[in-house]
Amino acid sequence: MATAAFETPKLKPYPVIPLIAEGSMAHSKPYVASSAIQQNIGFPGELAEGWEQRAIAKMGELLGKYRSLRVYMDACVHCGACSDKCHYFLGTGDPKNMPVARQDLMRAVYRRYFTFAGKHFPKLVGAVDMTKDVLDDWYAYYHQCSECRRCSVFCPYGIDTAEITMAAREIMDAVGLGQKYSNEIIGKVHRIGNNLGLPGPALEDTLLGLEEDVKEDTGVDVRYPLDVQGAEVLLVTPSADFFAEPHVESLIGYGKVFHAAGISWTLSSKASEAGNFGMFIGNYEQLRKIALRIREAALELGVKRIVVGECGHAWRVAYSFWNTLVGIGAGGTDPFAIQLQSQLDGRYKQPMHICELTYDLIQRGALKFDKEKNDDRIITFHDSCNVARASRMGDMPGGQFVIPREIIKAVANRFHDMAPETIHESTFCCGGGGGLLTDDLIELRVKGALPRMEALKNVVDQHGVNFMATICAICKAQFSKVLPYYGFDMGMVGGVHQLVSKSIRLGEPH
Amino acid sequence: MSALTIAYALLFYAATAMLVIGVALKIRSYLRTPAPLKIPTTPAPTTQGGVALRLAREVVLFESLFKSSKWTWIFGWMFHAALLLVLLRHLRYFQEPVWTPVLWVQFFGTYAGFAMVAGLAGLWARRFLVDRVRYISTPSDHLHLALLLAIGLSGLTMRFVAHTDIVALKAFMLGLMRFDWQPLPGDPLLLLHLTLVALLMFVFPISKLLHAPGLFFSPSRNQVDNPREVRHVAAWAAALDK
Ligand code: SF4
Ligand code: SF4
Repeated sequence: MATAAFETPKLKPYPVIPLIAEGSMAHSKPYVASSAIQQNIGFPGELAEGWEQRAIAKMGELLGKYRSLRVYMDACVHCGACSDKCHYFLGTGDPKNMPVARQDLMRAVYRRYFTFAGKHFPKLVGAVDMTKDVLDDWYAYYHQCSECRRCSVFCPYGIDTAEITMAAREIMDAVGLGQKYSNEIIGKVHRIGNNLGLPGPALEDTLLGLEEDVKEDTGVDVRYPLDVQGAEVLLVTPSADFFAEPHVESLIGYGKVFHAAGISWTLSSKASEAGNFGMFIGNYEQLRKIALRIREAALELGVKRIVVGECGHAWRVAYSFWNTLVGIGAGGTDPFAIQLQSQLDGRYKQPMHICELTYDLIQRGALKFDKEKNDDRIITFHDSCNVARASRMGDMPGGQFVIPREIIKAVANRFHDMAPETIHESTFCCGGGGGLLTDDLIELRVKGALPRMEALKNVVDQHGVNFMATICAICKAQFSKVLPYYGFDMGMVGGVHQLVSKSIRLGEPH
Repeated sequence: MSALTIAYALLFYAATAMLVIGVALKIRSYLRTPAPLKIPTTPAPTTQGGVALRLAREVVLFESLFKSSKWTWIFGWMFHAALLLVLLRHLRYFQEPVWTPVLWVQFFGTYAGFAMVAGLAGLWARRFLVDRVRYISTPSDHLHLALLLAIGLSGLTMRFVAHTDIVALKAFMLGLMRFDWQPLPGDPLLLLHLTLVALLMFVFPISKLLHAPGLFFSPSRNQVDNPREVRHVAAWAAALDK
């Protein structure tokens, strides 16, 4: 099975592109969703008679709905420029993890059914029929893509394999072959309000506990409020922040920032989750439905601002899609969007990232820090894929690279970036994004982390780095698990607001 | 009028129709397909002008390819730049009188033929020498390169080794455009060159050569990064709000 023993790759002092090792990851497949999980969120329970035609029909539908898919199916020239850019290829050597080869798994079918050349000369252009073998390959390799978009940075046409992965997963869901991990979580978010299935009372308990801890630590009454009507800010954060280490340290930090700046805020038990796994399975309706909870909570609580915590893909969905999906932003003309816009405070960016909020406060001199409290740490920053390559912060292109680093430098003295070809838009995925953060894929996760681990090793050796800050819940969970495989301490990873939390001066309670 | 002239005249009309109509249909299908979500690959420009500049850099300099693979960039850029010069040079067979800029380009266009062939040879070599690129290459990838290379080599041979009757060729081409057919010289090398060019025109709209228009329609490259400021809703997605 997928969890069988495997060898952790060796860290090399400089990156080496592996020779291709055909089929080396063909065995890696996540657990299939049960028919209950599937039907729960409106997909067929299992593969049934005639699935081939339905898959092709679904592909046709998506080709008509998504320009990205249509153009990307045609435009690739097989130049191979992307072939050494995927962390899963670099970590496994399996050639089907080269972005172009991953795309070709779908392109071969597309050509067969939707192009002249593929209909009449299939061999010539590498076109194939939709068969069970093809579907099995899809299931394996479209679940070896974290939708990190690194390949799209380097492709001369911007071909984004993540778009193709999403389409493939949507087609598989549509014929009844879903992935257990993602689809189960989507069911939970609908039923209970967050990905981890934490009910309201549990949240409340946790938050009360946090208040006590912080009081004990600092002597200050910092509040962690839930469902407060009329608060200024609605904070939406990944549910891992409520209980997992090191995530919760950042949640403590957000609370301290609001406290120190005197901003009233609240969490919502209805919209207690920022993560939106609808994106991972490429399903627009799910994406929208999950986002809708946030709009409803914002309207019910009457907040003036919506702020998103440290979660990579959630920030992509919030920044890039919320306005489109449910009108959180500006420029909407339908009734809901208008209603929301009249409620939200137009002087602020809507939605806003917690880093943008903290950075603005720092700029205005509203926060004070004792930087030396972080002197035990020599810090580096891991750009998370969805923040780096699919969203922005602040007003200028690339603000998402600048702002978190500026926060770190404002709250700590010792900072070193990893090698330039491994950060910013060229950043390497943690290896667990895109719905792959599940134990049944641990081999893939460990191997896919190799490029990041090598870059980290370099700054550890050169600068004595002992802390990797990041602003993504998946990165934090993935690194905590994978760092020990490479001989690092799992406590090396943590949030940017964990650093903020440590050095912020709380002053007099408001 | 010889059968040869008639055959080639018809061939070129058909090839032109295929190229123009085929590409137009493809572009129409790209235009008609909505882009329901904002997906520019960041760091992306925040203004329309910035997007135009980004696309221009991609078209003229192959910026992303430069970042990703220096060898592919060198050969690919060399081939495309040379191809442009060669095409400009060929304009003189379709004009009377010939524009002055086309006259200027003759010298460069002639020698660009060598650069074009060298670029293609480099690109082809990668398909054999780099194991990753060998793995992804399909027969059609090789055939495209073979076709372009054969066009380049037959052209260069006519220019430098076995001259063909350029004056008659030009009369033929001008005749084609004016629907007043003139005899085509029966030089085998020329016929080969013309056949291959027609073949290229035929396969263009049904092959990966569509990367040329594709670039302009790639949402990750052509979208403005302003989703918080401007709402971006496709028609089919807006229907969900009802
Ligand atoms: S999106 Fe990321 S994980 Fe997927 S193929 Fe591209 S580089 Fe690999
Ligand atoms: S870089 Fe782009 S065009 Fe080249 S092989 Fe990869 S996906 Fe295809």
